Amino acid sequence: MKIKDLTIKDAKAGFAKKEFSPEELRKEFLKLIKKENPKLNAYLEVFESPAEPDRTTPHLVGNQQRFPASHGNLRRAKGAGQVFLEGIPCAVKDNILIDGTRSTAGSKILENYISTYDATVIRKLKDAGAVFLGKTNLDEFAMGSSTENSAFGPTKNPHDLTRVAGGSSGGSAAAVAAGLAVFALGSDTGGSIRLPASFCGVVGLKPTYGRVSRRGLMAMASSLDQIGTLTKNVYDAAQVLNVIAGHDKFDSTTAPTEVPDYTGGIDGSIKGLKIGVPKEYFGEGLEDDVENSINKAISKFQNLGAEIIEISLPHSEYALAAYYIIMPCEVSANLARYDGIKYGFSEAGKAENLLDVYLKSRGSGFGGEARRRIMLGTYALSAGYYEAYYKKAQQIRTLLKNDFEEAFKKVDVIAGPTSPTIAFKLGEKADNPLAMYLADIYTVAINLAGVPAISVPCGFIEEEGKNLPVGLQLIGKHFGEAAILRTAYNYEMSNV
Amino acid sequence: MSISIKDVERIAKLARLGLSETEKKKYSKELSKILDYFEKLKEVNTGDVEPTAQVTGLFNAFRKDESPREVDPEKIKRIIGQAPEREDNFVKTKPILEK
Repeated sequence: MKIKDLTIKDAKAGFAKKEFSPEELRKEFLKLIKKENPKLNAYLEVFESPAEPDRTTPHLVGNQQRFPASHGNLRRAKGAGQVFLEGIPCAVKDNILIDGTRSTAGSKILENYISTYDATVIRKLKDAGAVFLGKTNLDEFAMGSSTENSAFGPTKNPHDLTRVAGGSSGGSAAAVAAGLAVFALGSDTGGSIRLPASFCGVVGLKPTYGRVSRRGLMAMASSLDQIGTLTKNVYDAAQVLNVIAGHDKFDSTTAPTEVPDYTGGIDGSIKGLKIGVPKEYFGEGLEDDVENSINKAISKFQNLGAEIIEISLPHSEYALAAYYIIMPCEVSANLARYDGIKYGFSEAGKAENLLDVYLKSRGSGFGGEARRRIMLGTYALSAGYYEAYYKKAQQIRTLLKNDFEEAFKKVDVIAGPTSPTIAFKLGEKADNPLAMYLADIYTVAINLAGVPAISVPCGFIEEEGKNLPVGLQLIGKHFGEAAILRTAYNYEMSNV
Repeated sequence: MSISIKDVERIAKLARLGLSETEKKKYSKELSKILDYFEKLKEVNTGDVEPTAQVTGLFNAFRKDESPREVDPEKIKRIIGQAPEREDNFVKTKPILEK
């Protein structure tokens, strides 16, 4: 049974034509994962049994009372109307909680932690009938651009096993690229969905900050994190976004804005659409081959009737520095909870006093990059340095946000490369933190401004006999997901 | 901007991270390099620019201070049950105040 290329539409069609049942499909995926995951290390954990923890009591979603959509039996949820993703198998990044299952965040410090509630997005996916295949690998606490910072080994790029899958949602991107899931959830704080999507040749969407609830996502940088999608095509991204988006009373940073149907109008024409191309995104550091691919894509947009306008995002070169101050500062606060007291890895048994419990548990439980960023953040927030670093970075953040606002007065969407390079070799940047951070130069400003962005595959570059994907990034204004989805969809269809 | 080993020790203690001597040396080098990169930000005249703490524009997103659900003893067991040291329904720690 060929299941690797199944999109959500394909799977639904298969169910309707009775080619396979949801349970048969799930079992096929498990077989495939068993065979192919060892060489990729995309999944950290696979759920053999479909049965979720007993939840027979109704719960509230929004203001409606819902009954559990037990994907074991795939009963239609009472009163839930359409069950949009019924039977569709997906993978979930291991920093998103699924009640009763292990969530490690790719870290030793949570190696045996069992989630005690469902993330809001998980609850929504359950209500929509989706089926969870397992949890995917990530850089520890979502810190990294290659998934080499996972305590459980790196994830390999399905296009070339000697290269990284990108990070931090490398497992999710690789799972979708290798056909080991129909779609996956990831999280993006500075590019962690878009970068691995670019490296693995799949579609990665980071919604507007506040579009999707962060409840049940282990917090990395609270003002930057967003959960988003890794899918095989743009239409699937819109479908999943329809399900996971929306206000959540458990996350007060979610917008009260209505969720439109993101699939409606997605195939509308882009004639006359103004696409901005920032000159700052085509400077030093961008590899020639990647630049060529991106330029080809931009020509394609012209052929489709869009108007290409050169714009400037003047403070672009300061985005990375601002991000690598603000994010570690927030990280240092968010990771304080992993202390060997309430849960997780602990040296309480060996410690002499309370301070020792902290020092030993956190010193051993956290990996190198986590400790590095916690220290950076602690330093930048400490007395005497706050003004020079954190406040300055926040002011730069305002300027970056203004750059986008100014640009969106002239254009509808912004296009550029997702990454300056194609997937690099395993180990190539592992010893040089700063070199690794530079992988994020085109992605971080988007999180700082809170705007939505999507990475779509736009070609391949041949390297040592392997074809490595290139990603095109499309950036929209706040809550402008519809425009970037429509633009991406048109581009994708023109390549078919 | 140079981070000395003493600086690393101070920061590590604030962050409650236990580091070995080798690690202290390594982080001193790495953090110094990263902080050097941040010097770039001095090029920008930020003057009176308002700092941005959050991008939602929302404020006063309140809810009533009441718990809508009943306390589930099974759930409490699952939560407390993960604490490395516990007693009954309590998480146990080493003494905070010592003689």
